[in-house]
Amino acid sequence: MKGLTFQDLILKLSQFWVNQGCVLQQPYDIEVGAGTMHPETFLRVLGPEPYRVGYVQPSRRPADGRYGENPNRLYKHSQFQVILKPAPVDIQDLYLKSLGAIGINLKEHDIRFEEDNWESPTLGAWGIGWQILLDGLEITQFTYFQQSGGIDLDPISVELTYGLERICAFLQGVESVYDLRWSADKTYGDIRLREEQQLSEYSFNRSDASAIRAEFELHEKEAKELVDGFKGTAGKERERYPLLAAYDHCLKCSHLFNLMDARGVISTTERAALMGRVRTVACRTAAAYLEQIGGATPRREVRA
Amino acid sequence: MKGPAKEKRVELLFEVGCEEIPAGMLAKAEEELRTNISKLLSAENLSDGVEVETFSAPRRLTAWVRGLLAKQPDVEAEVTGPPKSVAYDAVGAPTRAALSFAEKQGAHVNDLYLMQTAKGEYLAARQIKLGRTAEQILQAILPRAVHDLTWPRSMTWTGLEGARFIRPIRWVVAVLNGKSLKLSVAGIAAGNTTRGHRFLGSSSIRVKNFSDYEKRLHSNGVIVRPSRREDKIAKELEAHAKRSGLHIHEDAELRKLVTYLNEFPSVIQGNFDPAFLSLPDEILVTVMRGHQKYFAVEKKNGELAPHFLAVINVDKDFKGLIRAGHERVLRARFADAQFFWEADQKCRLADYLPKLERVTYESRLGSYRDKVERVRSIARWLTEQWFNLGMLQAHVAEADRAAELAKCDLATEMVREFTELQGIVGGLYARAQGEPDEVADAVYDHYRPVGLDDPIPRNVTGCAVALADKLDSVVGCFAVGVVPTGSSDPYALRRAALGIVKIVLDRKLALSLSLAIGAAAKALLTQKPKRGVTPAQEAQILEFILDRAKFVFREREGYGYDEVSAVFRAGADDLVDAQKRLASLKAIRKSKNFEPLAVSFKRIRKILEKAGIAIGDGRRVNPELFENAAERELYSAVRDAASKVQALKRAGKYQEALEAIAGLRKSVDQFFDGVMVMAENEAVRNNRLTLLAELLREFTTVADFSELGGEERR
Repeated sequence: MKGLTFQDLILKLSQFWVNQGCVLQQPYDIEVGAGTMHPETFLRVLGPEPYRVGYVQPSRRPADGRYGENPNRLYKHSQFQVILKPAPVDIQDLYLKSLGAIGINLKEHDIRFEEDNWESPTLGAWGIGWQILLDGLEITQFTYFQQSGGIDLDPISVELTYGLERICAFLQGVESVYDLRWSADKTYGDIRLREEQQLSEYSFNRSDASAIRAEFELHEKEAKELVDGFKGTAGKERERYPLLAAYDHCLKCSHLFNLMDARGVISTTERAALMGRVRTVACRTAAAYLEQIGGATPRREVRA
Repeated sequence: MKGPAKEKRVELLFEVGCEEIPAGMLAKAEEELRTNISKLLSAENLSDGVEVETFSAPRRLTAWVRGLLAKQPDVEAEVTGPPKSVAYDAVGAPTRAALSFAEKQGAHVNDLYLMQTAKGEYLAARQIKLGRTAEQILQAILPRAVHDLTWPRSMTWTGLEGARFIRPIRWVVAVLNGKSLKLSVAGIAAGNTTRGHRFLGSSSIRVKNFSDYEKRLHSNGVIVRPSRREDKIAKELEAHAKRSGLHIHEDAELRKLVTYLNEFPSVIQGNFDPAFLSLPDEILVTVMRGHQKYFAVEKKNGELAPHFLAVINVDKDFKGLIRAGHERVLRARFADAQFFWEADQKCRLADYLPKLERVTYESRLGSYRDKVERVRSIARWLTEQWFNLGMLQAHVAEADRAAELAKCDLATEMVREFTELQGIVGGLYARAQGEPDEVADAVYDHYRPVGLDDPIPRNVTGCAVALADKLDSVVGCFAVGVVPTGSSDPYALRRAALGIVKIVLDRKLALSLSLAIGAAAKALLTQKPKRGVTPAQEAQILEFILDRAKFVFREREGYGYDEVSAVFRAGADDLVDAQKRLASLKAIRKSKNFEPLAVSFKRIRKILEKAGIAIGDGRRVNPELFENAAERELYSAVRDAASKVQALKRAGKYQEALEAIAGLRKSVDQFFDGVMVMAENEAVRNNRLTLLAELLREFTTVADFSELGGEERR
């Protein structure tokens, strides 16, 4: 049988980046839309402290759900996320070596770096970089982070986001993600199909839009109150002040927003307004976090 | 002094090595690097006989400078010191002032001399400013030439204090006549080592000069000259097409893009399942081109063939793995498109109308659903006008239907995925669902023209919807204060206005722009969001559209700046009419009476302005106040010509009308030779001024000649 199993792919990438000095972290335990939202990325890139980390992050995108009927689109897909802070000068070569580690012979393929700047309007984060194309297939997003939470980063971190299902389907030469061999005797479909069907059904047809909206308000309120309370704290109280909990509520807001979006209950204008609200809290949390860890004070206000 | 020795000329190779620079930015960067280097050299007096060429590939910007003087010429300068009276005392001995001047100039006081100036005699010293070497100068200007490149969005790769560029700079080569220059760019020291292709070459290649560099890079998988890459692509595309007896679906922009996307481009052919050919060509080509950057190929009869040509960045695909990969990706993309095509059409196009309520056009102008209603009423107004003027192809009901359907595709999955297919998808769905061709074509075409080279909609119905849509955009946005400034034009209003001009002119549509603006303003007031447009705003909008029209007449139709001004000054509310007058003006302009008459008209306008006479203020000429034969003669010539010109104008015979006006030259000349306009007697003077005012009023309605022959033209 051709190519690595899904789990071996994860193991190989993990091992490769551990060898490069990365901490092997675990997926975040709150719903997120992308690996970037994990505090190990969003917050760790702030401040001067060097850091290297890698982890798998299942990412939920309710609007992309297809009831398990589309071979490539998923409600929840898996990313392998790597953060290297500061960005090493040979990072492109390192990345290409990681492809070698998962069995891609660079000499037999057409691999290119095509312009693709990344931006997350709900996080006030953006960066400059490329999508990596392997014989025309996008397999990784490669970004030099410039801002996170509206704060100019110093030093610059590099973020690598591997699309695990795509890469695995390429390695195994299968057309449908559900046919991927996850392990020696189980397919991706065996393990995930039911989840795709049910969560698509939920987010498109059965979620209670008004309840979700109310939850959004509650989480936003709590996040705001928590961030507001940080001001005026000192000493030990300041050190243990739960900004990380504020950020968790932010993440909740982001996911609830995605659920409303999938349900089709927000207009374009409202969409921008809701995203702006999440961004505001995320940026304030980031600024407070930076103060808490004793880094430089934020230099710039939230980018619109 | 030795005779002028043959100056030594040297050659520079300069390369900035980067991580992959976006393909769309390279051509401009290459050109900018060339001008930056040339300008900086010229500021150092080193540009004489120098040839600067620049090249680029995704990972490098390269400059090759030949014929550079090894050293700047020495310059002799004269430095002025104190005046003679201060420099020497009564007995002619140098004073302290003279001594200190000599010291400052590093000269002996005996070498100083006296120089005659306008202010008297002054002490002076001759100084020779030694030229610096090319090496010294290049070390200073090359980093600057790179630093001064402009990019749409730059980045930093180290931190806030670090360098900024489009992508990280990783190596620098600077070799002058075989010698490495001591300089650094973005903190990277220059050397004589470049890097080859990522996968086909070495990552450390020593180079001596440009020709060595080009050769070595080529054997390391990099073709540094874009023109050679483009040729290689063209040749290989052609060879593939020829082999299968097919044609390339031409796409000049794509050729440019792939030229700058690859360091060593090669073309491979892939295939796809012919079953996908049941999808419309537009969709297939967009999928191939947009995401994948493939060239589509077609059979002799123009039908698409189930193949594609991909440009890859390696020399060959020896195992066929690359082809298989590309085919696999395309298959998934086509399957997506097919899914959208079928899913979208589970309901009819018109059923998407209510969904447009959730798609905002502009927050103060409401949703696309609101825009649709406004566009419908403007399209109806336009077609009614044309129908009443006897235009047989103007169909009110069809225009209304097409306007109703025009924006529906914005809510479809297909357009959400492939936004560049807006309009086209709607047109295709409309046709597939049995709408009449005229309506389907109008929907398909209504975003046109998207540029000056893009065709206008095929039928009058499409022109009506396109005009209505663009008028609504321009009028609505101006009404809420969204006016283009500098490079900021988020609603593409300049393009919309240009589209209006092009449709009217190409289709020769009878249309009063001010009335059309009025109709759009009325739609904005009577339909949602029920906003008013002030008369000042309407005037501003007209001016905005006329500015585009002036541009089209000047840049596309080749009329002179002054010709366009002359005709527009006489009114250009009806662009087709203005175009006719322009053609007549240009034709008659060379005849012998014309330019002198224009000079007289200019003189008349000046006289009137000076006297504070407004043209057309209702004053009449009183023939009894004439004192002179020349003024009587001009008066009668004006009256004769006026009735003739008016009749010719009404008949649209502008050239004859202009000829009749040109015939006035003799009378005008005699008038100015024999009559003093500013007579002592106030009544006589005013009567003469009134005569001139009438002349100007009568004869500047086709074109205002007093605008002709401005400095811009000479």
